Amino acid sequence: MIRKSLAAACIGLAALAASPPAEAQNFRIGLREDPDILDPTLARTFVGRIVFAGLCDKLFEINERLEIVPQLATGYRWDDPTTLTITLRQGVRFHDGEPMTAESVAYSLNRHLTMQGSFRRGEIGSMQSVEVVDPQTVRVKLREPFAPFVSQLTDRAGMIVSPRAAEAAGRNFGNRPVCAGPMRFVERVAQDRIVLERFPEYWDAGRVHVQRVSYLPIPDGNVRLANLQSGALDLVEIEANDVRTVQRNNRLRVTMTDELGYQGITFNIGNGARAQTPFGQNPRIREAFELAIDRAAVNQVVFEGVHTLTAQPLPPANPYHVRNFQPEPRNVARARQLLAEAGVRTPLPVEMTVPNNPDLRQAAEVIQAMVREAGFDLRINAMEFASSLQAAVRGEFETYLLAWSGRVDPDGNTWTFIHSQGPQNDGKYSNPEVDRLLNAARVETDAEKRRELYAQVWTIALRQDRHRMYLWHRKQIVAHSARLQGFRPIPDGLIRIQDLRIQ
Amino acid sequence: MAGWLLRRLGQIVPTLVILSFMVFGLQQLMPGDPAIILAGEERGDPVVLQQIREELRLDRPIWDQYLFWIGNVLQGDFGWSWRIRMPVSDLILEKLPVTAQLATMAFLIGVVIGVPAGILSATRRDTPTDWAANGVALFGISMPNFWLGIMMILLFSVELGWLPPSGYVPLWEDPVQSLATTIMPAFVLGTGVASVLMRHTRAAMLTALSQDYVRTARAKGLAEKVVVWKHALRNALIPVVTLGTIEFGRLLAGAVLTEQIFTIPGFGKLVVDAVFNRDYPVVQGVVLATALIFVLLSLVADLLYMAINPRLRQA
Repeated sequence: MIRKSLAAACIGLAALAASPPAEAQNFRIGLREDPDILDPTLARTFVGRIVFAGLCDKLFEINERLEIVPQLATGYRWDDPTTLTITLRQGVRFHDGEPMTAESVAYSLNRHLTMQGSFRRGEIGSMQSVEVVDPQTVRVKLREPFAPFVSQLTDRAGMIVSPRAAEAAGRNFGNRPVCAGPMRFVERVAQDRIVLERFPEYWDAGRVHVQRVSYLPIPDGNVRLANLQSGALDLVEIEANDVRTVQRNNRLRVTMTDELGYQGITFNIGNGARAQTPFGQNPRIREAFELAIDRAAVNQVVFEGVHTLTAQPLPPANPYHVRNFQPEPRNVARARQLLAEAGVRTPLPVEMTVPNNPDLRQAAEVIQAMVREAGFDLRINAMEFASSLQAAVRGEFETYLLAWSGRVDPDGNTWTFIHSQGPQNDGKYSNPEVDRLLNAARVETDAEKRRELYAQVWTIALRQDRHRMYLWHRKQIVAHSARLQGFRPIPDGLIRIQDLRIQ
Repeated sequence: MAGWLLRRLGQIVPTLVILSFMVFGLQQLMPGDPAIILAGEERGDPVVLQQIREELRLDRPIWDQYLFWIGNVLQGDFGWSWRIRMPVSDLILEKLPVTAQLATMAFLIGVVIGVPAGILSATRRDTPTDWAANGVALFGISMPNFWLGIMMILLFSVELGWLPPSGYVPLWEDPVQSLATTIMPAFVLGTGVASVLMRHTRAAMLTALSQDYVRTARAKGLAEKVVVWKHALRNALIPVVTLGTIEFGRLLAGAVLTEQIFTIPGFGKLVVDAVFNRDYPVVQGVVLATALIFVLLSLVADLLYMAINPRLRQA
């Protein structure tokens, strides 16, 4: 009896729930995690940037080739190395109906720079002041020349908020953000959904065809994929080992692009007591370690071979990528010889801190097996991500398998990590010549000369000092429904709403 | 009776005070500087980190942080989520109905399957029915929720397309969709509860059925149905009610894995995300709220005993 009525209830439910009414042009995106606060000044997560791509336009945008193109600005010019003049688009309106003026731009840049707890401060910290020249022009004064400045304005630091709304909401602006993007904020239910709707007065409204966008955080990769397969989502980021499943399904499409960042191994060579090991003190031992690793094999075993192998922090799409700086082939004999020359007893114990996720742990295990052949006894220390960051800052590690999401300008992938004053130089690498080269690259405006400076940094910091090693640039793998038209992958991994259509 | 109730309510206060100490103390043991974790990839700027520490009072001694927090809690202010800057009380109130709905459905499924199955297997001890019920119960206890959850999603959502794979629709917005989104997670949770209840109902029924009064009842010539349902079951239910309220409390505290798999925005997901992001105010608020629910439920259990067993009413 009970069983019968249960069965009946299930069938009834199923029939009613089977085909939810297809809302026209409602675009649903699955995110890996719930974004943090939706205030461009205070936000810091990658998934948050995906939402901002629909919500907040920036002064500048990047295209597929990583070139900087105008968005809310119409152009820029350097009057001298510390004076940047930006001309602004006319007829732009914020979601609250207010027009965007030079004042709003100056207000937003100042907010990014000076608001308490602003995470943009580090990105545009070289800015000294911003002045309004006329209603369509602002002039930014820098404290010192800083070549990457314009590229910083292609992300959150370049997002312009409505001054009226920002003043009214204060620190709670993120609960109801008001920007000038293609979509405006509707609602957010923490850990459940963020909903945006088309903004009819958007300056480029002709390119916006979806009526609504919902961002749904779904942490489990299998469940994200299941949602896509069952049609509950239109677009999700997937794992490398799901690519084949999606390719077999003719209702789905896959796109892959190199990320802006990298996966690498940070070596602790100067941060506290844990650096005082033969491994931390002798670059030839670290060379042996690198030579013992076959990047291609790890990539094949763990990631179905989709990632792009590398030996440098800049991916091939970056204009400053140094073409002839390639990974050295695996050479176990040479690695053994280097260890013998260093006079250490093998197997040499080394610890690797690994953020606790299945893929990275598996990669670490493959690396462990490879370096054992050369004479390293690699112990894997899997740690929850937040704890591992803390351990890295405090120097409580020997080697650290860590990724960086990457920035458009090469400075964002290098200075912070390699310069002796770099705040994320967790291994405390320090070489005055490398510092000088990195500082020079920061202010060099000639592309050819700048690339040459980075090539010199690689030669010293990587081949000679071996302060860290780079493994691969991860692929951003996006799977979407075949009904979705007009999706263009951009290396920053964000999803632009412009030009998208749902058939 | 009223005096008893007041005394029981009075006991709740010291419990919660001790608990608030523990929550605050335990999070100090969590590795990771919240400021660095909040900053994440943007942890590059020491000035920003210092500003965060000041704003969140992390630069003050622990007792100062505790007094500040508990002082606000006593005024009904649970603070703000550091990560998304929403009031913790709003977050709790937003999640509570979700978890309550899921817990109630799971509990009903558990009781409806578990208790009759336990009675059945006790009255038919050592028959194939008993073995089958025990086997199913063992399966239900041992099966990991996340596995069962994924299998159900693959079958009912991807293959058959009957149910939405994840997400949540509030009951008052669309009751049918709401049931459709919660039936799978409720079933996954319910199987676990059913298995536990079945095992305990069976054991308690076996004890009750071997008692003298049951023999007397049978000797009097009462129908077996009356013996089982009226005489044995009523006595056997006391441990089952205790266990039932504990299980219900556990469900209300949030079903972490199940909520994660089905992306149900409930308590479990809230607290787990908060722990990983070191969002202390949320952790503190949720733990306190959960504790309050637990304590109140054990009060309900005591009241239920009295309803079932009149002898306890004198005590």
